Amino acid sequence: MFEIGLAHYLVVAAVLFTLGIFGIFLNRKNVIIILMSIELMLLAVNINFVAFSAFLHDMVGQIFAMFVLTVAAAEAAIGLAILVVYFRNRGTIAVEDIHLMKG
Amino acid sequence: MTVAAIFLPLLAAFIAGFFGRWIGDRGAQLVTCAALAISAVLGIAIFAIVGLGGHAETVHLFTWIDTGDLVNSGLRVEWALRFDPLSAVMVAVVTIVSCMVHIYSVGYMAHDRAIPRFMAYLSLFTFFMLMLVTADNFVQLFFGWEGVGLSSYLLIGFWYDRPSANAAAIKAFVVNRVGDFGFALGIFAVYKIFGSLQFDTVFAAAPDVAHNTIPFLGHQVDALTVTCILLFVGAMGKSAQLGLHTWLPDAMEGPTPVSALIHAATMVTAGVFMLARLSPLFEYAPVALAVVVVVGGTTAIFAATIGMAQNDIKRVIAYSTCSQLGYMFLAAGVSAYGAAIFHLMTHAFFKALLFLSAGSVIHAMSGEQDMRKMGGLWPHLKKTTIVMWIGSLALAGIPPFAGYYSKDAIIEAAWSAGTGVGYYAFWLGVFAAFITAFYSWRLLFLTFNGPSRADPGVMEHVHESPPVMLWPLYVLAAGAVVAGFVGYHLHLFIGPGSQAFWGDSILVLPEHAQDEAAHPVPLVISLLPLVAAFAGIATAWYAYIRDTDLPRRAAKLFDALYLLLLNKYYFDEIYDALIVRPTMALGRGLWKKGDGVVIDGFGPDGVSSRTRDIAAWTSRLQTGYLYHYAFAMLIGLVALVTWYLVRIG
Amino acid sequence: MIVTAICFYLFSFVAIASGVMVIAARNPVHSVLFLILAFFNAAGLFVLMGAEFLAMILVIVYVGAVAVLFLFVVMMLDINFAALRQGFLQYLPIGLLIGVALFLELVIVFGAWAVAPEVAATAAAPMPSPMQVTNTAALGALLYTRYVYPFQAAGMILLVAMVGAIVLTLRARKDVRKQRIGAQIARRREDSVEIVKVRPREGVS
Repeated sequence: MFEIGLAHYLVVAAVLFTLGIFGIFLNRKNVIIILMSIELMLLAVNINFVAFSAFLHDMVGQIFAMFVLTVAAAEAAIGLAILVVYFRNRGTIAVEDIHLMKG
Repeated sequence: MTVAAIFLPLLAAFIAGFFGRWIGDRGAQLVTCAALAISAVLGIAIFAIVGLGGHAETVHLFTWIDTGDLVNSGLRVEWALRFDPLSAVMVAVVTIVSCMVHIYSVGYMAHDRAIPRFMAYLSLFTFFMLMLVTADNFVQLFFGWEGVGLSSYLLIGFWYDRPSANAAAIKAFVVNRVGDFGFALGIFAVYKIFGSLQFDTVFAAAPDVAHNTIPFLGHQVDALTVTCILLFVGAMGKSAQLGLHTWLPDAMEGPTPVSALIHAATMVTAGVFMLARLSPLFEYAPVALAVVVVVGGTTAIFAATIGMAQNDIKRVIAYSTCSQLGYMFLAAGVSAYGAAIFHLMTHAFFKALLFLSAGSVIHAMSGEQDMRKMGGLWPHLKKTTIVMWIGSLALAGIPPFAGYYSKDAIIEAAWSAGTGVGYYAFWLGVFAAFITAFYSWRLLFLTFNGPSRADPGVMEHVHESPPVMLWPLYVLAAGAVVAGFVGYHLHLFIGPGSQAFWGDSILVLPEHAQDEAAHPVPLVISLLPLVAAFAGIATAWYAYIRDTDLPRRAAKLFDALYLLLLNKYYFDEIYDALIVRPTMALGRGLWKKGDGVVIDGFGPDGVSSRTRDIAAWTSRLQTGYLYHYAFAMLIGLVALVTWYLVRIG
Repeated sequence: MIVTAICFYLFSFVAIASGVMVIAARNPVHSVLFLILAFFNAAGLFVLMGAEFLAMILVIVYVGAVAVLFLFVVMMLDINFAALRQGFLQYLPIGLLIGVALFLELVIVFGAWAVAPEVAATAAAPMPSPMQVTNTAALGALLYTRYVYPFQAAGMILLVAMVGAIVLTLRARKDVRKQRIGAQIARRREDSVEIVKVRPREGVS
């Protein structure tokens, strides 16, 4: 309990990951919440990587975590740009109104 | 020559039927009448050679069915024409009457739209009837049987744009079918018992199986009895006996020549012929013969009572036919097959005569058939009146006309039989003779005598028929006059020399034969039918000439009885409620529910609907919402991981 | 050790709580702020694990850039708050089921985790002792040598993302007349000059 081991960090990451997943489909409010949930999930993954890197004494985990960070930033930027343009065209970002792909 | 007599009508029917458009109305009439005339001449020749000369023969055509081992379990059925005295008599009668009807139709149907079709159907019918009477085995008999039923359907419904005609044709066919079902069962029984369907084989083996039993509906019953009763059910259908008689009055929807040929002279007599032909079988089934007597006698009185109250001229004659057929069956049932065939022949002449002259009256009255709208036609239709009187005299059994000899023979045979059913039939026969005379003269007086009750417009057009319609009437009248006298005094059909005449074609066992020498019929018994006939004529004269209000008062007094007779004992209504409606409901139910819901539902319709439903339901997965898709991916991921864990762990 | 444990539990608890609030907050601005808090706590966890460079990068990039960007967008979009409340509970049962299932599976996997003994020997890039080399230097030594190509590619990704964001959202101002040099140079005399013979007292019409 007091000896913080790998499992502890992994559990924290798992919880954050699950929370991110909850956020994707539980929210009805707006699309920004989806993007933030994705960031949460990526954060959880980063925690995973760094935890393994620390406990296996392997630097590669941290390298990869940096790349994940980079890509997450890029993806957040593009996602928000799309969101802004969408809002300009449609006037709403309520999740229920985004169903143009309805089959 | 014999083959030509049978097949010429078929050839004529073929030509008139398929090439009627090219040869035209006149051509069709010519072809068919010529063919029938030749057949009639040949028929008379056959009668002379085979019947009078005693040269029976069987003309072999070709083999039809040949299956299995001939000796043990095989079935062999041939096409063969059997000419013996019985079939010779029938061939002569059929061809002569058919020829007369063909010639008559030239005049009667002159203004019809489809003359070639009519003539072709008439000739086709004649062919089938000839096949029936010259059949050498049960299957060929059945072939002719069904063929005449088919022709009857086609001819009753000849004016197919009339719904009543269509309904009547279907009714005739369906009621016949019921009888044919019994007939078919009888044929199956014959094959089961005898192993063959050839008449000669079956007749030869009949004495040996006389007391065998076969299982039927769980019980062991006498084999020949049940077989003969089943075969008689077929005869009941074809000859409109009580129970299966409902089609005959409605068959009057067809043109009058059809009624004359089919429903008076020939087709309906096929049942009687069948009994005579199968006499070697029936003689060994006394129970079946008793059934025949009871049914025949009851039909005779039953139909006569209904005929008393009918207003349509053709229906009266139709019920008269039904009643006379009862007489013939009665005779067959007391083993007086010769008398039955004798009456068949005389009846063919005078009944066809009656129908054709009724047709003449209808033709003169521009299509009117209700006797209540006739009357006073004697001055205008002298020739028709005379021939109709001749026919009625023959029907009532007044000497020296034909019916006297044959009908008397039947009633005396019923008495001489000495059995309970024989006496029952005798009294019914006498009473029916009274009623027969009554309704025949009722018809005559209502039609020809008294003041005219017709529309003035109709009366203006009343005219005698053209010669082409009158000459057949004369020929038939001649037959009605002399046929009985000749047939009796030449000792052909009945009487001492008849056994020599019939030869092997009819079998009468010694215990059933009526020996006139040993058991003479008392004079009062033999005169009773004559007295009854005169009484009937007198009653009719009183009711329709002397005191013309009497029928109306009698009808009011016995109104329940009158309604019962007018409505044919409500047989049609009973059958409709008991049989027709449930069957139609069953058919409709099977169609809508069985076929529609079940088969279509599980089959094509069901498959297509389910496909559409599944597609619609599946398309609901495509909601367009991103998070639904993400959720779906997540569910897939969880499922994969779970499955993996379960597999590994 | 106890301090490590306390810090760990503090950071992780706050991180998880703010994660919950990210998705549960009514106001999107609140959601973003809670996201920032989650990032901070995650950075704290990273420091506990000895990856201090990554922790600082997390704070600078994620909090300083990405989260601020989120905040910009949330503020910029005119979102109607009142209309954005319904539907949360509709999918709760099934979502809860799936989420709990996933979580349990993750826990099962982690609990049954057994590190193979020889893994430590096969580490791709053994971590040097923090006493000798700082985390930053160790990362640098690895990143610019063995992983220089992915590093450059990451730069390219960022470039493309920047260009893409600008392309997507740039709106040209319609009331500004810009110079189109190419059109100016391509202009020919025939297009612009017209010689008109003018008669006296008539003017140019």
